[in-house]
Amino acid sequence: MLKKLMMAAAFSVATTAALTSMASAGSHAKCGIEKGRVNVLGNEFPAIQTVMAGAAECASDGVTVTSNLTKEHRDLQVSALTANPAEYTSAIVANSSIVPLLNDGLIRPLDDLVAKYGQGLKKNQLITIDGKIMAVAFMANAQHLMYRKDILEKAGVAVPTTYEEVVAAAKAIKEKGLMDYPLSGTYKTGWNLGEEFVNMYTGVGGDMFKPGKAELSINNENGIKALNMMKELTSYMNPDFLTFDSNAAAAEWEAGNVAIMNMWGSRAGPITDNEGSTPEVVSATMMSGAPTVAGGSTPATTLWWDGFTISKNISDEDAEATFVALMNGVRPEVLNDETSSLAVWLIDGFKPGPTAAGVFASANAGAVPYPMLPFGGLLHTAAGDELSDFLQGKESAEQALSDIEAAYNTAAKEKGFLK
Amino acid sequence: MPHRTFFWFILPSALAMLLFIALPIVSVLMQSLYTEHEQVVREVESCSVFNCTTQLMVDNEATEKLYDEAPLGRFVGLSNYFNRAHLATTEVAEAWNTSAGLSDFFSNIYNLPFYRALAFTLSYTFIVTPLVIILGFTIAVAVNTLSSALKGPVIFFTLLPMIVTPLVGSLILFWMIDARGIIGASLQWMFDNPDLSLKASSGLTWIMLFVYGVWHSAPFAFVVFYAGLQTVPQDTLESAMIDGATRWERIRYVIIPYLAPLMVFVALIQLMDNFRVFEPLVSFNAGAHATSLSIIIYNDMNQDTKLLNSAATTSMLTVLGVAILLTPVLIRTWRDFNRK
Amino acid sequence: MSSIATRKSPAVKFAAGAFLIIWLILAAFPFFWTLWGSFKVQGDFFSKADWTNAIFGVRTLVETGASFTGNGYHGAWVQEEFWRAVLNTGTVVFFVVIISLTFGALGGYALSRSGFRYVFWLLMIALVFRAMPHITLVSGYLLPFFEWNLWGHLSTTIIVLVAINQPFTLWMLHSFFQNIPKDLDESAMVDGCTRFQAFRYVIVPVMWPGVITTGLFSFLLAYNDFAVTVLLLSKENQTMVPKIAGFLGSTQEEGNVMFAVAAVVSATAPLFVLVLFFQRQIVSGLTAGAVKG
Repeated sequence: MLKKLMMAAAFSVATTAALTSMASAGSHAKCGIEKGRVNVLGNEFPAIQTVMAGAAECASDGVTVTSNLTKEHRDLQVSALTANPAEYTSAIVANSSIVPLLNDGLIRPLDDLVAKYGQGLKKNQLITIDGKIMAVAFMANAQHLMYRKDILEKAGVAVPTTYEEVVAAAKAIKEKGLMDYPLSGTYKTGWNLGEEFVNMYTGVGGDMFKPGKAELSINNENGIKALNMMKELTSYMNPDFLTFDSNAAAAEWEAGNVAIMNMWGSRAGPITDNEGSTPEVVSATMMSGAPTVAGGSTPATTLWWDGFTISKNISDEDAEATFVALMNGVRPEVLNDETSSLAVWLIDGFKPGPTAAGVFASANAGAVPYPMLPFGGLLHTAAGDELSDFLQGKESAEQALSDIEAAYNTAAKEKGFLK
Repeated sequence: MPHRTFFWFILPSALAMLLFIALPIVSVLMQSLYTEHEQVVREVESCSVFNCTTQLMVDNEATEKLYDEAPLGRFVGLSNYFNRAHLATTEVAEAWNTSAGLSDFFSNIYNLPFYRALAFTLSYTFIVTPLVIILGFTIAVAVNTLSSALKGPVIFFTLLPMIVTPLVGSLILFWMIDARGIIGASLQWMFDNPDLSLKASSGLTWIMLFVYGVWHSAPFAFVVFYAGLQTVPQDTLESAMIDGATRWERIRYVIIPYLAPLMVFVALIQLMDNFRVFEPLVSFNAGAHATSLSIIIYNDMNQDTKLLNSAATTSMLTVLGVAILLTPVLIRTWRDFNRK
Repeated sequence: MSSIATRKSPAVKFAAGAFLIIWLILAAFPFFWTLWGSFKVQGDFFSKADWTNAIFGVRTLVETGASFTGNGYHGAWVQEEFWRAVLNTGTVVFFVVIISLTFGALGGYALSRSGFRYVFWLLMIALVFRAMPHITLVSGYLLPFFEWNLWGHLSTTIIVLVAINQPFTLWMLHSFFQNIPKDLDESAMVDGCTRFQAFRYVIVPVMWPGVITTGLFSFLLAYNDFAVTVLLLSKENQTMVPKIAGFLGSTQEEGNVMFAVAAVVSATAPLFVLVLFFQRQIVSGLTAGAVKG
């Protein structure tokens, strides 16, 4: 019940009260800060660049605002924030990349700063751990279903809501000779494949770890169900599927070779723009929530957020300046027609367009967030590396699961999570 | 040369290597002998955008205390080297005891990440290295027959595979070999097999990587051999010719022996580089079919929870592997050195 | 070239020519394909529908109204300010080559002139150093560099690239110096020169051929390096290759692949000019007999 409430709050449109208080915090000349250093490390999404552009407005004689937005931010963040003083005063993170910062205690609680400057924030934007606010989220993302209306109509099937229906639809499309490989997805060995496994296992329902422990509990019936569904899906995919990352899958889609795929919400905009594809494909491309699987009720996907944190190893003055500057970057005024389409914003006043429909549908159907567990990443990596043999038909599901378990155990022992 | 003079001459070079290679190697070696402390975890409530849950989190204060006492972590000796992610001695012994036959044993071994990587790494090294030498040498001999006006442009175009940034070069090649790309489609047409896909089968992926490796490295061998060819003593060649040696005999008995030291040099560098094969595997998304030791290191590092100790261990094993590969060459150099 | 030994029969010439043509097609075709494709849109150049689109530009015509488009170049150079990366690469490459060769020439000369046993071991250790995977080395640098405020600067990257390249440079130059007769510098020393003066006035003038060949490889290493530059340079100091990598997009975000393609073509063009310009030096450098294992 609590979850449902939070969800409703997450995607409700802004209350005007919050809006005005935010505006007053942000619209002061130079944001009301006089001194400080702001240096932000983050991914180079256009949406994050928008936030940084907003933060840069706070630069003045006493305040420097710089940033390093790069794909390699994950490789840099731990070292950069461990140094004292930290190179970056803030790291922009997601569910998974906040974990190493939390594990090493490199980011500071934001309760004081939020109390002082964060009146405009909605409660669900505050990422709270052990009662302390550790990050402020400003955008969300998830993998969800994308389908071709025209092809589904020709094949005479309804929009699938479960993976079993996805398989049936694929079969119908193939049998009618509409497409050779009607399905696609991000199944590239490594992180992408690991993510698909986490999604599918979440959908089957069942915890990936034993309660209160770092021990895996995927080597069971649920794991087999998840794996078998993945294998069934891949049998309707282009045989190169183990090399498909988002770029390749999106290109397949734009070329009109695919009718149904599970794809990142953030890719919906670029796929349906007027570049790279024909009007027939674009106009028939629809988004819907991620399907459920094996009779479960949770959509087989995980929800992601991106948010900012503040480094621990910096002066309080810099921390304050950084927080205020970033708050200026996520104030409702940064949303206009152009920036609104860049992401599924969690900022007050965001009006979701059609490309955000899939993420919203998934979230409203009760999809769960990607876990922030300290050892979650180890499972993700193990699954991403060990599943490709199974999907190629070179080993059984049981063997694949025990391989994942063995790889995870080895890694978790090294990290000290298991004895 | 007296020690003192030698010292001053070698100092800048040695200092650079000491600071940026030797010190890191020592720290990597140390790292490979340790694992992290046992994590102190506790259950906390965490709330994100979408919901609140109770979950485990690392207790920073308790962990920090452990690291204050022993900053490197727990000393575990060589056990990192023998765990499943590396030499996997337990798993190999178990496979030996339970396998039905040799082929079953090998398929069990091949299921272990380190040995799977080693299999590809060694195949790549021993197939690509000789082919690079042969191709590079042939190109060098052929270019040497050209008139000098043609040599310049030909040298430039020969260098292209090495010059074009591999990052994007292989991206474009990866598209070309796609079943719908120009090379992939041509191959389908040539072999009259519309389902042929270089990316979907392990065997074809391996061949593709070998071909790319030879293509990419041949220019290096070419440059070195071409340099050497210019210094082949003309009088020896002429007297060989007067003795009635055919062209092939001249190459076989005059040019190749003369270039032998260069071949050793190229072999040395190529063995080392090929043993660390990395870029093509990443750019060709070949993870499902082929991995290498460098890829294992990359995978350990390139995740949110970095496995530094494991990566350090694999790095040391890589260095060890290179040392073993190069032993014959080293012994040869040692003999040459003592002859001086 | 008129020596009897180098005179070729027509059959041999034909075979060599045919082989070279095949090789040149293999070596250069992907580049020309890229050059042509860089004037198309992504939907054509990376067409999943029909590869002939990359030749005829079907989507390019639909999306831009012409068969060729300079959008990739405009995007890379104007919108993304690729020229900054070019300048940074220029700085890095210039200093890496100069410093590598200076250090390498001094060290290589010493190694070639000393007969003590530690020379062999130094060469062996250099080989072991070269065997270390770069990715491990670089991730080890990060924390100290951040700690001492060295991270992100071009100078740090230059020194790291010099150090990483040093084993190869040492080996190559050492072999080369061994081919320069010892009598040359020793007679200079008999005439009263110090060792350094002998090196400076006798060896330096004759060492260029070997140095240029070694320099070519140093140049390519610094020019194409990704592993070091991507992690050690801040955004404003980024060199070309990490910049190009940034165009490619990530899991969740679409990239501007055509920017990358245009950037790669632009990055190769100056090399073409450079090679043609230095062609005489390179060829003559090679001619004088550069390397010996």
